Amino acid sequence: MSSTQRDNGSANSTEAKKTDLRVNEKKCSWASYMTNSPTVIVMIGLPARGKTYISKKLTRYLNWIGVPTKVFNLGVYRREAVRAYKSYDFFRHDNEEAMKIRKQCALVALQDVKAYLTEEGGQIAVFDATNTTRERRDLIQDFVKENAFKVFFVESVCDDPEVIAANILEVKVSSPDYPERHRERVMDDFLKRIECYKVTYQPLDPDDYDKDLSFIKVINVGQRFLVNRVQDYIQSKIVYYLMNIHVHSHSIYLCRHGESKHNVEGRIGGDSELSPRGKQFAHALRDFIDEHKLSDLKVWTSQLRRTIQTAEELGVPYEQWKILNEIDAGVCEEMTYEMIQETFPEEFALRDQDKYHYRYPGGESYQDLVQRLEPVIMELERQGNVLVICHQAVMRCLLAYFLDKGAEDLPYMKCPLHTILKLTPVAYGCKVEMFYLNVEAVNTHRDRPLGKIPKDSTLIHRRNSYTPLSSHDQVKRPRLYSAGNQPWLPLAPTPSALMPEERQSQTRIGGSCLSPCAKEATLTAQKKLVAVSASK
Amino acid sequence: MIDNQEFMVEAYPRELTQNPLRKIWMPCKNGHIVHRRVCMTNCPTLIVTVGLPARGKTYISKKLTRYLNWIGVPTKEFNVGQYRRECLKIYKSFEFFRPDNEEGLKIRRQCALSALNDVRQYLSVEGGQVAVFDATNTTRDRRKTIIMFAEQNGYRVFFVESVCEDPEVIAQNIVQVKLGNPDYIDCNSDEAIKDFMKRIKCYESSYQPLDEVLDRDLSYIKIMDVGRRYLVNRVVDHVQSRIVYYLMNIHITPRSIYLCRHGESDLNIKGRIGGDSGLSDRGKEFAKRLRNFLQEQNIKNLKVWTSQMKRTIQTAEILGVSYEQWKSLNEIDAGVCEEMMYEEIQERYPLEFALRDQDKYRYRYPKGESYEDLVQRLEPVIMELERQENVLVICHQAVLRCLLAYFLDKTADELPYLKCPLHTVLKLTPVAYGCEVESFCLSVDAVNTQRDRPENVNVQRSTEDALQTVPAHF
Repeated sequence: MSSTQRDNGSANSTEAKKTDLRVNEKKCSWASYMTNSPTVIVMIGLPARGKTYISKKLTRYLNWIGVPTKVFNLGVYRREAVRAYKSYDFFRHDNEEAMKIRKQCALVALQDVKAYLTEEGGQIAVFDATNTTRERRDLIQDFVKENAFKVFFVESVCDDPEVIAANILEVKVSSPDYPERHRERVMDDFLKRIECYKVTYQPLDPDDYDKDLSFIKVINVGQRFLVNRVQDYIQSKIVYYLMNIHVHSHSIYLCRHGESKHNVEGRIGGDSELSPRGKQFAHALRDFIDEHKLSDLKVWTSQLRRTIQTAEELGVPYEQWKILNEIDAGVCEEMTYEMIQETFPEEFALRDQDKYHYRYPGGESYQDLVQRLEPVIMELERQGNVLVICHQAVMRCLLAYFLDKGAEDLPYMKCPLHTILKLTPVAYGCKVEMFYLNVEAVNTHRDRPLGKIPKDSTLIHRRNSYTPLSSHDQVKRPRLYSAGNQPWLPLAPTPSALMPEERQSQTRIGGSCLSPCAKEATLTAQKKLVAVSASK
Repeated sequence: MIDNQEFMVEAYPRELTQNPLRKIWMPCKNGHIVHRRVCMTNCPTLIVTVGLPARGKTYISKKLTRYLNWIGVPTKEFNVGQYRRECLKIYKSFEFFRPDNEEGLKIRRQCALSALNDVRQYLSVEGGQVAVFDATNTTRDRRKTIIMFAEQNGYRVFFVESVCEDPEVIAQNIVQVKLGNPDYIDCNSDEAIKDFMKRIKCYESSYQPLDEVLDRDLSYIKIMDVGRRYLVNRVVDHVQSRIVYYLMNIHITPRSIYLCRHGESDLNIKGRIGGDSGLSDRGKEFAKRLRNFLQEQNIKNLKVWTSQMKRTIQTAEILGVSYEQWKSLNEIDAGVCEEMMYEEIQERYPLEFALRDQDKYRYRYPKGESYEDLVQRLEPVIMELERQENVLVICHQAVLRCLLAYFLDKTADELPYLKCPLHTVLKLTPVAYGCEVESFCLSVDAVNTQRDRPENVNVQRSTEDALQTVPAHF
């Protein structure tokens, strides 16, 4: 969906310029057009209630469906302002000096939020902090009103001590605040930190004080939800998403069908059968599943023959999804790349210019695929262990969601045949393990073309456009540091294995969420690990 | 559903054949394949409404049933009030509902059990997936009975409670749906309202709303003040999650939805299906008339939606207002038959042509789509239409049929044959439990694109029989 704005000519010139900037910078997303004003999502909750987990996950989802979103984590600002964290005393509510610093940090963060939403083309800013007092929330509301933003609160309430302890162990022990990582001491200090907040915690009050606010209260990790005054489409989608995610451990296995006859001939699309090697792979896949002893594994396929044939080998029930079908190449269906180049040289060139937005004539684009696949992602979030047997372009889109890849990288992610990717949520991200099942197959990967190709942007935009972004795609604003404070360096290096070279210089705040695959050991001699890498 | 026992016995891998009608690959031996349209829960679901009279329970029940059926989940509602009317024949007054009316209580309990019996018949024998048990169910006791019934039969229970204290909303409810109710057929409005208010009072004293603590193990959604606030507890599966999402997106603010097709296109004139052609001169004329029509209608904050095909966009352009394009509103993909005339399809693919007439809803064009696929693709459009207020959707014949079927509760058999002529605007206005439809023909001539089901759908039929109902074209 794209939006055709008609300018009524009533705005003054500076306002009009601002609007133009927004429209030009954002390629209107089918989801993003629905919110006219930018939205600030404000997290609320005591420490270790999953606020950062929710913030990051939600941001990843919104970017994937094409709504430019960014997280602003107050802890990061605080760590920049206060070089060394000593102890929970900093968080005592009677520590005046600290309170001043903390408030200052909030104001700086809000300024960054404003810049992101008004100058950098952002649509949604997630303000990730405890925000546990009415005073703080009133401050934020004033800010929001001043700037004509919408605000939506997400409060996480949890009184289950086991959940809280698990949280602390999983993400706090490795936090920059606790470099010495001595678990018991960390646990002790952190629990005292929580007590500091409890003293002044004022939860959202839906019956009186906060009855006019728009919010969702997530209670006990999704067991119960209270939803108040949802204002628009994007808030409704956020609520739906939050109600479908869970924290139970599970793994998602992604792979392509076994090598097909068309693959062997170098043809794209179509609905061909498995080649003999493809059948071998299906057989090996069956062994793989047996070996991994997956309880209650659901198996999903597309409605194309090659994925179904692969699933049939497994001897377990499977479900067919039409929306898992491979990207529709329209007039280019069943052609080889050589044939396409010969018959439609312009189209071929266009695709290389902007593989993400390019739509085959009479067919689809990666962008269309993402929209099509959204229900699959939603259902994957709801489910436990699932094996999805799909196709190259489809797998790239799904992988981009889990690994937070943007439109630039998505169409060039490496998803070779006869290889299974195992994704396991861990901490704030996703652990990836790659299993090559030792059955040879053709390589169907076409790398990003070398050198600069002149972009004829008008031709691309003759078809609609909306762009899933990754959290990394945000324009970085140079931070203004107060005298004497050095910029905080990230704790772990950006995992290079999964990113193309030009992206490796971006700093990642808040710790790495991906562990390079090379660290994961294989189980049997039959499978060997290959580092996952995007093409250069 | 696939029977697991069979799996152990059969040899792998099974050979695949493609069902010629639906173009779905399935193993030869089994006739059924688990085919994901909507996530199938393993056990049927019993939705139970809870709330005082005039809280919108029946409105929600009917709407939810319509939605679930449209997306392909066989659903049926069971309104206990109806059972009571059948039992009692003549409604005298609110006295029947007095909590101390022993005779009345007995009859009401009997009706509830009778309805539950029919629920069991529907879910366990007739292949239904969801049953909506529409009654006040205001006491914990009654709810306990239902929960036990569900447990005995292996159903999942999901409660939908509607709580509302706004006197205006309640009054409006009563006027809109109670006055026309069979119970008050012989009363004047004032009498009816008085009696109904007293009826509500009878329930109030024994009303035990779903409680956060006492009912913490139940799965439910509590809707407060017509959707201002929701409390959702323990959603356990996909169907429940979809129901919650749907309920959170509907509203009762008065509005109208306008549906129409693009203006007549060049391919329309030639009798060809699909493609991406521009408007004919008559099509352009229609767009102009449409602009005038909209101005006359004087619609507040009208949103205009089109597909991403040239002909709908051209139509919207002539309106001179801003519009949004939805790829999901594109016409059904006719695959290999794109841009063909029906005569050509009969000549080149007579088998396909016959299969389509046999089951037009499920028939999928080779390398194309079926109406069934269309419905899945249009679900987000429906969800957004529910959220919005005044909207004009400029789309295509098959798409319009699907949307119309949703609003007018048409079955899969009726859907592909709904009449949606060119140059005609349908105005849908929600009223009471359904939808009022007004049809505006904008008096610009156009070809007829409606092909009715011919008498002979046999694959061996003659060309003449096959082309019996093809509309005239240039």
